[in-house]
Formats: sequence, structure tokens, C-alpha cells
Amino acid sequence: MEVNVLIGGAAGQGMETVMHMLGKALAREGYLFIATKDYMSRVRGGHNFSRLRIAAERPWSPVDTADILVAMNAETYRLHEKNLGRDGRILFDPARFSLPEEEGRGLPVPFEELAREAGDPIMANSVAVGALWALLDLNLDRLPGIIEESFRGKEEVIRGNIAALEKGYREAASRCENCFAMPPAGTGKLMYIDGNQVLGMAALASGCRFFAAYPMTPATGIMTYLAGKSTAHGLVVEQAEDEIAAINMALGASYGGVRSMTATSGGGFSLMVEGLSLAGMTETPLVVTVAMRPGPATGLPTRTEQGDLDFVLKAGHGEFPRAVLSATTHEDAFFRLNKAFELADRYQAPVLFLSDQNFADTHRSLEPFDFSRLGHNRCLAEAADVEKPYKRYRYREDGISPRLLPGTLPGEVVLVDSDEHDERGNIIEDAKTRRAMMDKRLKKDALLAAEMDEPGVYGPGEGDYLLLGWGSTYGVLREAVDLLGREGLKGTLLHFSDLWPLPKTRLGDLFPRAGKTFCAENNATGQFAALIRRETGLQVDHNILKYDGRPFFPEEIAAEVKKHAAT
Amino acid sequence: MLRPEDYLTGEPAWCPGCGNFAIRKALSQALAELSLPPHRVVVCSGIGQAAKMPHYIQSNGFNGLHGRALPAALGIRAANTDLTLIVESGDGDSYGEGGNHFIHNIRRNPNLAHFVHNNQVYGLTKGQASPTSQMGMVTGTQTEGVLAPPLNPLALALVMGAGFVARCFSGEAEHLKETMKAAITFPGYALVDILHPCVSFNKVNTFKWYRDRVFLLDDHDASNWQSALEAARQWGERIPLGIFYRVPRPTFESAVPALQGKPLAGQPFNPASLSRVQEEFL
Repeated sequence: MEVNVLIGGAAGQGMETVMHMLGKALAREGYLFIATKDYMSRVRGGHNFSRLRIAAERPWSPVDTADILVAMNAETYRLHEKNLGRDGRILFDPARFSLPEEEGRGLPVPFEELAREAGDPIMANSVAVGALWALLDLNLDRLPGIIEESFRGKEEVIRGNIAALEKGYREAASRCENCFAMPPAGTGKLMYIDGNQVLGMAALASGCRFFAAYPMTPATGIMTYLAGKSTAHGLVVEQAEDEIAAINMALGASYGGVRSMTATSGGGFSLMVEGLSLAGMTETPLVVTVAMRPGPATGLPTRTEQGDLDFVLKAGHGEFPRAVLSATTHEDAFFRLNKAFELADRYQAPVLFLSDQNFADTHRSLEPFDFSRLGHNRCLAEAADVEKPYKRYRYREDGISPRLLPGTLPGEVVLVDSDEHDERGNIIEDAKTRRAMMDKRLKKDALLAAEMDEPGVYGPGEGDYLLLGWGSTYGVLREAVDLLGREGLKGTLLHFSDLWPLPKTRLGDLFPRAGKTFCAENNATGQFAALIRRETGLQVDHNILKYDGRPFFPEEIAAEVKKHAAT
Repeated sequence: MLRPEDYLTGEPAWCPGCGNFAIRKALSQALAELSLPPHRVVVCSGIGQAAKMPHYIQSNGFNGLHGRALPAALGIRAANTDLTLIVESGDGDSYGEGGNHFIHNIRRNPNLAHFVHNNQVYGLTKGQASPTSQMGMVTGTQTEGVLAPPLNPLALALVMGAGFVARCFSGEAEHLKETMKAAITFPGYALVDILHPCVSFNKVNTFKWYRDRVFLLDDHDASNWQSALEAARQWGERIPLGIFYRVPRPTFESAVPALQGKPLAGQPFNPASLSRVQEEFL
């Protein structure tokens, strides 16, 4: 049992507020839902919409079909009336536009007029929320509290918006009583949170004390979250003049002694790659979150892609170890970003976390996370155990030198160098030391490989097909497997979070047992499938690729699998 | 009691007669006279001949990327406000590759001393023009001579609001040492542009060229911005040396709430204690 809502309008019509109020209220009622955002790279006008899917069991992805279309403007109707299901209804303002005569699904509610009655036509979005709330047959009591929180201290605004809500609610209720049967709600309050907020919170809770970045969609939300916490939680959030400065600041902070991170998208990361190489050479722990959007160059700034996998795998000149992680779900992202910080400290290496716009901007209702599962192991040398003279790059069997923070041990100094260096950190050019230092650093590759989680398995482990995926597409691919199962096609999803060094055991296990193999990726060239081939020699039979800037839908995946699995 | 020789380490790979030797010596004397133990000092640098200083001065060192010493230094500053922070770099590192950071670092005003070894030429890459090279100077890559006028770092710093702006000459050892001490102890960003000869690649601005022109500014009011700008703009037959401007303004450290207590580095942390941050999402 589920209800799907599509809400569309122009930038500047208060869509964000509508979604915030709805999401917050639904989460407090304990509903399981997912809310995704499709928006244009502009501040006013254009066409933006959100999809909201409320279901009895955790919805893994949004679906293309809507039960309710909330059309804040005519364009929303024009573009999305085809998305409406058989019993779908259209909530709209008849003063803004008229529906065609033959359109029998309309539910007119005069958003602006009712808002004007409540005090200001700008509150039309509150009227719309109230009207939608009535269609969902929910109790109005929950909403005023959220308005009070949003506009704290502005009594007049609060009164006006509550009046607007109530007007919308009453008007819609009178026209469509018990329109839609809602799935049952859960028992407790849930969080309403998006991907960037999850990552920001994970960084904060991992003990990140320095964050520098240059704002870039779709990564900016991480910075916004952390900046909001900086004063109360004692972390420094610095908006750098460019991404080159951002990564070098983060490296300085890490050398100085705190966990640090930077976040950006592909274009900004392009500017960071020399700094990434510096992290590799100086063996300075660093976490870089790359929230992917379609490139090349400026590409589609507000849209999604998984096109930068190859780039982050090889970014930076020279050869140095790194780990690349991604996440399947919001929960996975929370704990995996913590793992990124842990790995960076333990192996004194850069760790990249790959997010994308689809993950960054997707809200979910979620149980609070268990913070006691988070690690904070700095892996620093104890001053008492340090062999003197202290050498930052002292040779050790495993390649990991004892790491001391500058200023902590009288008589001993900590020297790091971008040039090739000796154990003390001093610049060298001799062949023997160069080889020894390269070998020392590259030993971490095997250590990092041992830390990689094998991909998750959904399904019986064998069957007509094996579907491979990575990162934020997990929900969609899982729903596709369910869809196919209902149609009698049994198969397995193998989905990766840790990407590099590539975990290979399950691949080797499951590949021979599968019928046809598929790899689904939000890019044009099948980068992950190619990585698997490079690393294992295993060749997937079909790439399922989407690179129009939009996330997959389960139906698209299922159709591709069906087309090829039987042949 | 620390002596200047306690700060000397390594064997400099500079050319005999290079002005960097005098700058290194002055730095070691300044650190000794300020009684700053090596483990409490960080020398942060980029790339270039000047940027090799962390290898030749006994202290903590961050020898990072070309042009990026200042951003790295800001991060070090944020992580540990207790350390004495010195940025050592050349004219190409600071004003060319790192020009954007130079500007924005002045705005931020972190507490650090920035010693720019300005020899008006690129040394490590063997003799190309730097942002401060004189117009008309012919090099292997400026075959018709330098076409653009030189960048004036001190005037730029003043206009951007830097609180400490000084010019030194490697041949004026005592003045250099005292200015370094003043810069290190100044609360905020302190820029010292240090003129020095490149014996291998700059045949125009030789030791004698500088010696014939530089003079110590006396009777100068370092709190007068207008006079400072006049001094910064004076170049040619007569080149003034001195602390042109010295007026503290609020620092990065004083403005960032997270930096008001103990240094962030080394503070204990327990993730589980932060579980409450989830409440705002409920």
C-alpha cells in the first residue's frame, strides 16, 4: 500500500517550504517515505518538482507514477499529467490556469485567493500543503507546530500561515473526503533528513574539526550543515577562495592535528587533484567527499551522474594509495563516511567518498542512527613510545610510520615534504631512498584492500541474472529485482559501497553462477563494469546506462534486464 | 638557552653567495632571541629555493605545493593556535602561483609571519621572469624582455588591509633579524618582503644594485597608512627598507568561535556524546 505525490512549480514559488513542512510532518507521524528533488540551476522561474512516495514498507526509490499531482503552475500540469495513475487527482489553483474541459481529475483549490484571505497571497504554498494534507486524510493538528518552528518569533507570519493551512485543508476536505487511503504509520517519530545532512552529521560525529570548501552544487549542503554546527560544536568551517585552497587548508589542519574534510563536485575536485597527490606523498590523512553531477565542465549543475568514478580512482599525479568509498543508503552513508575518517587516520592516506546529486538531495524518514557504532581512532603515536630522534617517515614493516602531531613532544619535530624525502622528511634525490619510500607507501594498498567491505547481496545469489551496481542506485536496483521477481524472473543484485581497492571475492563467487550479467550505472561508458574487467577479467554481458542527468527508475532497469536475460 | 646554531640543520642546496643564506641565518637568530623551542615552531612553505627552508631550519615543517603554503598554514593555524607559524616562500610561490591565496589570506588575517624571499626572478626553474621582475628584463622565456609592470606586493597588501607590512634586504642582517622578530610577535598576518640577489639568474638586480639603492626608513610613522603606502610605492633609484605599517586588527583566530579555547588538536572526543544532534531532524 502506498501513495505517490508529485509537486511541481517554478523556482521561487516556495516548493522547498512545501516539501519541508510535508516531510517533517509525515516523519513525525512515523510514515516511511522517500522524497526526491528535480530542480533547475536557477533561482527564479523554470520548472522544479519533487516526488514523494509514502509506503507501508520502506520505499527504496521513487516511482514515476503519481496518485496526486500538486500543480503550482500550468507547466507542472502540462509536463506531468502523463505521470498520473488511473485514479489520480490534480490539485491546482483555478486562478492560475484552467484544465482542459475533458480533464475530469481536477481538484481546484484557490491557493492564492485563500492565502490572500489569510493575510498574504505569498502563503499560497501553505494553502497547498493544507489541501494536500486533507487529501491524504491526515490530522491537521501536526502542521501548526511545524509552522511555529519554521517562523519562530514571527507571530504574525505564524498566524497567517496557520490560517492559510486550515483554509486549504477545509477547502480540499470538502471536495474530496477520504480520497486516498494512506499506508499505516509507524509507532515513533522519524528523522526527516537528506543525503548531504547525513554526510555533514557523519563528519561532525566522526570528530571532524576542520572543514574547508568552495560552494558547489550538489555538495554545498554538507558545508551548510557543518557551518550551522561550527560554533556549538567547536569546529572550523572555512569557505576557501577556491578548491585548491580548500584541500590545502584541509591538509594543513590534518597535519596540525585534527580530522579534516573537504567536499566538492567534479569541477572543484579537478582543482583539488594536486592536493590529493600531496596527501598521498606526505601521508596526511584526508577525507574528500565528491558529490557527482554530470560533466564535462559545468555540465548539468543540479542533476545526477556517476561519471567521476574513473576520475577519482586515478586523480592526482604519481602513484599513491587511496581508498574510494560510496554508499547504498542514507544509513550506509552515515557509517561509511565515518569509516572514511577511520581509514584515513589508520593508513595516513587520502580517502575519497563518492556521493551524487541523487543521494545528496534525497530526503528520507529514518530511525535515528546509533552513534555508539561510530569510531574515533586517531592512531597517533604515544609520545612515550616514540623512538628518538622522531622520524615522520620511519620505515616499518607494514609501511605505516608512527604519526606524531607537531608541538607535542619537546625536542622532536615533525617534517612533511611534497618532494621525495627520507625517513626524517628531508628532501632527497637518491634512487635507493626513492624506491624504499615508494615501496613503503604502496604497502598500504594491500592493507586498504583488506579493509574493503564485500558488496551486499540481495536475492538468492544465483538465478536468471546477476545485476551489479554501486553507490546511490541501490534502492532503484533493489526495487527492479523485486519487480522482476513478481514477473517470474529470479536473479541477484550485487551492490558495492566500497569501490577501491575493489573487493573481488563475491564477484568471483557469484559471476559463474549467474545467467546473464548486467551492470547498471548513471554514466555513459560503463566505468564500473570496466573497472571490474580490469581488475578481475570478468566481463558483464550488458551495461545498463543512463546519462541524461536523471536517476534511474526501477521500471527502466527491469525492462533492460527482461530484454536481455531471456536471450 | 637556545642559540642560533640550534636552529640550523641540513646542508642548504643553494648557490654560493645566494641571499637565502643570510635570510636563514637571520631567521635562526630571530627564533633564538625569541626563545621559541623548535618543537613549538612550524615553518610552512611551498616550492622554490626559498621554500626549502623547512629542511634547513630545525623546527616542524610542512613543505607543501607550489603556491599553496598560505592555505596549508591556515589549516595548521586552525588545528593548533599554540604553535608559532612562519611561512617561507619566494616571489613566484607567493605572488604568482599563490597570488589568489595571498589576497584572501590578508582578508582572513591569521596570526602568522610570511617571509617572502623576493629576488625578482625564478631560481629553481632557472631564470624566468617572476611577478616582481623588472620590465624589460630579458630571459629565456621573456625573449623581448618582461612586458608587464611588476606586482607591488607591499602596496597590494596595504590596500587589502594587512596589519603588518615590511621590506627588508638580505644585506641588512640586523634589520632583517629585528623585523623578523617583530613580524613573528605581531598578532595577525605579517608580511615581510625580503629583497635579495639571485647570483645565478638575476644579472640586473644584483647585490650591488640593491646595496646602492636601499636605505633604512627613519622618522617613519608605522601607524600612518598613507605614509606606508608612499613607502611601499617608492622604487627605483631609492628603495626604502623598514616596517612600513604596523597596526593590529582582529585576527582569524579571534573571530572564529571554535578557536577561543584550547587548541583543537588533541582534544578528546566521543562520537556517542553527539547523538543529540539528531534531534533537530525529528
